[in-house]
Amino acid sequence: MASCRANNRHSAVRRLTPAAAVATTLLSTTAWAATPLICTDGAASSPTMFVPRSVPAEMILEVSWLVWSICGVIFLIMSTLMVWCIVKYRRAAGDESEAPQIYGSNPIELAWTVIPTIIVFVLFLVSARTIFEIEKTEAPENSLNITVVGHQWWWEFDYPEQGIVTAGELHVPLTRNGESVPIFLTLESNDVIHSFWVPQLGGKNDVIPNHIGHLWLEPNMTGTYVGQCAEYCGTQHANMLITVVVHEEDEWNTWVAQQQQDAVEDPEVAAGRKLFLETACINCHRIRGTVANGTFAPDLTHLMSRDVIGSGVAENTEDNLLSWVNDPQVLKPGARMPSMKLTEDEVRKIVAYLLTLN
Amino acid sequence: MNTLNHSNNTPRLAGDKTPFLSRMHEWIATADHKKLGVMYVTTGLIFFMIGGLEASLMRWQLSAADNTLIGPEEFNRLFTMHGTTMVFLVGMPILLGIANYFVPLQIGARDLAFPRLNAFGFWLFLFGGALLYFSYFGAQGLYGMGSAPDVGWFAYAPLTERTYSRGHSTDYWILGLLVSSFGSIATGINLITTILTMRCKGMTLMKMPLLVWLMLIDAILIMIAMPPLAAAQVMLLFDRLMGAHFFDVQGGGSAVLWQNLFWFFGHPEVYILILPAFAYVSEIIPVFCRKVIFGYPLMVAATVSIGFISLGVWVHHMFALGLSPMVNAIFMGSTFLIAIPTGIKMFNWVGTMFGGKIRFDTPMLFSTGFLAMFLIGGLTGVMLATVPFDWQVSDSYFVVGHFHYVLFGGLVFSIFAAIYYWFPKVTGRMLSETIGKWQFWLLFIGFNLTFGPMHVSGLLGMPRRIYTYQADRGWELWNQLSSIGVLVQIAGVLFFTWNVIRSLRNGKKAGPDPWDAWTLEWATMSPPPEYNFEEEPVVYSRRPLWDLKHPEDPDWKYE
Repeated sequence: MASCRANNRHSAVRRLTPAAAVATTLLSTTAWAATPLICTDGAASSPTMFVPRSVPAEMILEVSWLVWSICGVIFLIMSTLMVWCIVKYRRAAGDESEAPQIYGSNPIELAWTVIPTIIVFVLFLVSARTIFEIEKTEAPENSLNITVVGHQWWWEFDYPEQGIVTAGELHVPLTRNGESVPIFLTLESNDVIHSFWVPQLGGKNDVIPNHIGHLWLEPNMTGTYVGQCAEYCGTQHANMLITVVVHEEDEWNTWVAQQQQDAVEDPEVAAGRKLFLETACINCHRIRGTVANGTFAPDLTHLMSRDVIGSGVAENTEDNLLSWVNDPQVLKPGARMPSMKLTEDEVRKIVAYLLTLN
Repeated sequence: MNTLNHSNNTPRLAGDKTPFLSRMHEWIATADHKKLGVMYVTTGLIFFMIGGLEASLMRWQLSAADNTLIGPEEFNRLFTMHGTTMVFLVGMPILLGIANYFVPLQIGARDLAFPRLNAFGFWLFLFGGALLYFSYFGAQGLYGMGSAPDVGWFAYAPLTERTYSRGHSTDYWILGLLVSSFGSIATGINLITTILTMRCKGMTLMKMPLLVWLMLIDAILIMIAMPPLAAAQVMLLFDRLMGAHFFDVQGGGSAVLWQNLFWFFGHPEVYILILPAFAYVSEIIPVFCRKVIFGYPLMVAATVSIGFISLGVWVHHMFALGLSPMVNAIFMGSTFLIAIPTGIKMFNWVGTMFGGKIRFDTPMLFSTGFLAMFLIGGLTGVMLATVPFDWQVSDSYFVVGHFHYVLFGGLVFSIFAAIYYWFPKVTGRMLSETIGKWQFWLLFIGFNLTFGPMHVSGLLGMPRRIYTYQADRGWELWNQLSSIGVLVQIAGVLFFTWNVIRSLRNGKKAGPDPWDAWTLEWATMSPPPEYNFEEEPVVYSRRPLWDLKHPEDPDWKYE
């Protein structure tokens, strides 16, 4: 009786493995097929390569679909073969004999050497063409040239043609004179290696000290796109966020004109301004039109035109500015800016001044 | 069966009454390849628990957006130590340990060629690992408190320079790994010499078991790949301690140079870690399918070409660097090329299963799990080799998912397969099959739950090595799934620990050949006596015990 029950249990367990194998294959194949769909539809707010909004990002996605489907088909074939073996060739209970010994087969082995070779050759040709199309070392014609400088842990954006320096948020036009405009980024680093990555606009490119990098973006839809540093760069790597705002042409022209102006001088906050200019703030920060001309930290000339501070760690609100100026280590532990040990009154005055810098 | 050893000279077993100190002395002073093998694997498993604990803490932190459980500095230390531990203090010692134990047994030798060098290698590894972990107490220096390195396991310059990495944590990272990698190089040389010069009578190169072939290529890779890392680390040490400027960009050094040197080690290293996995399943699958390995010569050829090509693919870790399109295309080509011999191996394993009479004991379960997981890891590897796709997902969680499918689903699953397969040989006792199956299914489910969703979060734009993320990015769900998976995996590992402890005391007695296997290690006792074989065995084929068990139809007729 006991052995009979053991046998029953045994056969139930025996059926479990093939069933599990089939289920696993079905599940994983579904997952394989569903992943791009999840990324495309399910998460509108995610910065995903599956929702490209730029010419190179679209080119990358095209190749990705190809390699994704080829690998998906190979996966399906291989896992079906494996499940077939698991289900079909399980040893029958009580069968102690050996299986027929098959030492190999030249034609079969030749086939599974040659077919993969052909597949990777095709894949190589298609991908190589895309590499050469996307990687540009010279600026394309009519491009807007912007220099991106990576700092621990924020991004500086220099527009040499417009004479603008800003931080954290990259503003670009969709068109110039009615024609789409390639954005040509020159990548430099102030300290360690960073990587510039805004998935919806293009692939990533490392930002390396002592080494000039380039990245071509060509947005084809207005909107706000997010990304972040993709190469580990120290303590606050996680909060080195990027926002790219793609504007209509007029909107961008207005933004440029506004950014080109010097900082406003509001007499109501003269006390805070004086305090700012007398404190170590000016060693690192620049406010155009004042003696503050540091370059180590973000340019604050138009601070209030930005939505976030600390490279995206917090929204640009009065409360957050108060907290930041009092002690940046609260919002962004590890940030290069120290607490200046100001009194509460001094912090209020400086923040009141900063709030006028629009 | 006349060459099977049944001597009265039985080795010491668990119930032994030798005083504790004498036994300790025996282990510490030993130069026996089997004792050293056991010590390697045991130490590796202990480090595996530590590295797993580090990973669990990281998953806890990432289980919610904007979580504040672990701060940035501690998190960065955790992933640095996790990666370094898993590669250098778990993967390397376990693969060297298993090779230590079974290469001499499988080629019918009595020990490695240089037993004392072997012991030296083990102690270097152990103290290197201890030095690395001592950084938690002794490293930081500046603030009086110690702490571990936080530069990532590939320690990109110039983040490792004195300007950006103050205190001594990076020095501990350099010196700890330097010491332990010298141990690996020593053992590599030892294995090569042993395999080339100490095979028993009749065992030509093409009659070696596949494990021996794979470990030969593996040892050659160790010898070629580890010295460049050691050199790079010494250069970095010069930078840090003596003001040299190899990687110091402010002094005109090159950050790209470090990446080239590191990955010239780092990519072969990936194959150093995965070839042993191939080795274990190449031994286990035939035995449990009751079939000879399908296409042995092609398997050997594929192994050799993997070893060869793996030395020429390192730039695929640097596709996002902005190197010239030509360089990117060439290294994409070489990386695609390595998929071919790897694919051949997959096909040949499945070919071995085809037409077999498969016994799904725990070693085979883990081997099958290996095949499935490595299939996924291999295919996402092909995807990553496609440069344009890599520009998008490099350094994202997609990569984290990919290499865990290779190194966890691949290497670790195969290590568990190997442990279940050879534990009876090493200890004389069987591990429990029931607990083993629980462990497999828990690990299998937990593993996929943890690392499957990482592909999705990567494709949704989540970079790796971030200690926190914003709630509006749509990553939280996938991270939560990953974190839940860790709990299931922990349960699996606990089952394993319980199984080992329980079976050491009262596991079923194994006997010399519990799996009805075919290679020489099963021809001696379990555990084998210190001298392995009373007489040097003579072999006529790749499966000497098959010939003995089937004198009517021996292998050498067909090879």
